[in-house]
Amino acid sequence: MATNNNSNHKYVIETRDLDIFYGSFKAVTGVNMKVERHKITAIIGPSGCGKSTLLRAFNRMNELYAGTSIQGQVMFDGEDIYASQVDPVEVRYRIGMVFQKPNPFPKSIYENIAWTARIHGYRGDMNELVENSLRQAALWDEVKDKLHQSGLSLSGGQQQRLCIARAISIKPEVILMDEPASALDPIATLKIEELMQELKKNYTINIVTHNMQQAARASDYTAMMMLSQEGERSGTVIEFDETNRIFTNPKDKRTEDYVTGRFG
Amino acid sequence: MLRKTFENEIQQVKDDVLLLGSMVEQAILNSVEALKKRDIKASETVFEKDKEINQKRFEIENKLMVLIATQQPMAHDLRLLASCMEIISELERMGDYAKGIANINIRMGDAPLLKPLIDVPRMARIGVDMLHQALSAFVNEDVEIAKSIPVKDDEVDALYNQVYRELMTFVIQDPKTIERANWLLWVAHNLERVAGRVTNICERTVFIATGEMQEIKSTDDEFWQAQRQK
Repeated sequence: MATNNNSNHKYVIETRDLDIFYGSFKAVTGVNMKVERHKITAIIGPSGCGKSTLLRAFNRMNELYAGTSIQGQVMFDGEDIYASQVDPVEVRYRIGMVFQKPNPFPKSIYENIAWTARIHGYRGDMNELVENSLRQAALWDEVKDKLHQSGLSLSGGQQQRLCIARAISIKPEVILMDEPASALDPIATLKIEELMQELKKNYTINIVTHNMQQAARASDYTAMMMLSQEGERSGTVIEFDETNRIFTNPKDKRTEDYVTGRFG
Repeated sequence: MLRKTFENEIQQVKDDVLLLGSMVEQAILNSVEALKKRDIKASETVFEKDKEINQKRFEIENKLMVLIATQQPMAHDLRLLASCMEIISELERMGDYAKGIANINIRMGDAPLLKPLIDVPRMARIGVDMLHQALSAFVNEDVEIAKSIPVKDDEVDALYNQVYRELMTFVIQDPKTIERANWLLWVAHNLERVAGRVTNICERTVFIATGEMQEIKSTDDEFWQAQRQK
């Protein structure tokens, strides 16, 4: 893939008639979604509607599960990431991911970042990279005196920020976040949300969340997903709009019912 | 259904807004009736009852704050609760106009009315009718009706103009009537404002139902422009 970090494409990720399958089961249908650069785009919707599946399709993470396939296209900076010549590892390097449960490596805080960077071929000043990454993840001040302690010794919220630091250490363009705060307490959650606002200056963020208030507080755009009611029950994006609009005056009745808590 | 408790609480707030509205309607009618009959005691009652209106407004405001804080309303619910906040403030101010009229009657003391009140009670009646319809439209979220009400403001404005001209005639003929004329002009002014504020309630109703924040064209602005040019 071309490394075009300064791409002029307004939309970093763009899906075209995207269907996602688990074997023969179509989990997600017909998604046409545009993710704007340096914005936070949230994906909301009830459990099992395909939010995480869609998110994982953005960096070919689904392929790590056997039997998954897609139809349609996922364009990244105007390039089809599922094209045959594209290396999925390269895709995941450019489009990083942070998971629901913090998953630092069982290594020191320092090595969580340094080891990752080395694997990706980083040859520069490692101390500088570690510090910068931790600073960007708003974790530096809390860990600068214990960089050689295990990453697992940190609190949940700190571990999650360490994972974010690790993700950004290799300078991705996009960070995908799958319920990044659902295992965290409210204060740690707010820290992650504040951090997202900082990070979007340099990165594009796509977040899946069950917490509607979080989507409302933290995101610029919101995609509302839901299972189709007819035929095979497959998830799709039923409404996509500015977050302010989705939470004050959505167009689709189903979005209204969901955001006002009347779905179910 | 999910959120049955919340739905009930929303209904309760709507009922409270209607109750506040009817207290205000009554205050306006009573204030004018007391003036017409020069019944000071009745005006004192209106004056006192305004405290209940204020109290009711604070009570509803508090309920709204609690609902917003605890239920995190979104979309239509949010528009409704935020608009109720605005509507109760409009109603409370209309109550103040009634109190103002009561106050004028009390201050007039033994001085007789400059002229028998005919157009002023009419203004009050039309204003109260408009308010009543506006609150029905609010409860039913009836956009068409809400949009049709502000036009009736024209009648109130026409009556205000008439009262103004008449009072000026008195003043020109006998400048000693100026204070009594002024009192009545203030009464008419207060009633004109009541009708003006009904428009704001109608705009909120349209917002609750559609999410569109728009000014409903009323001739009120033209009226004041015309006043300025006189």
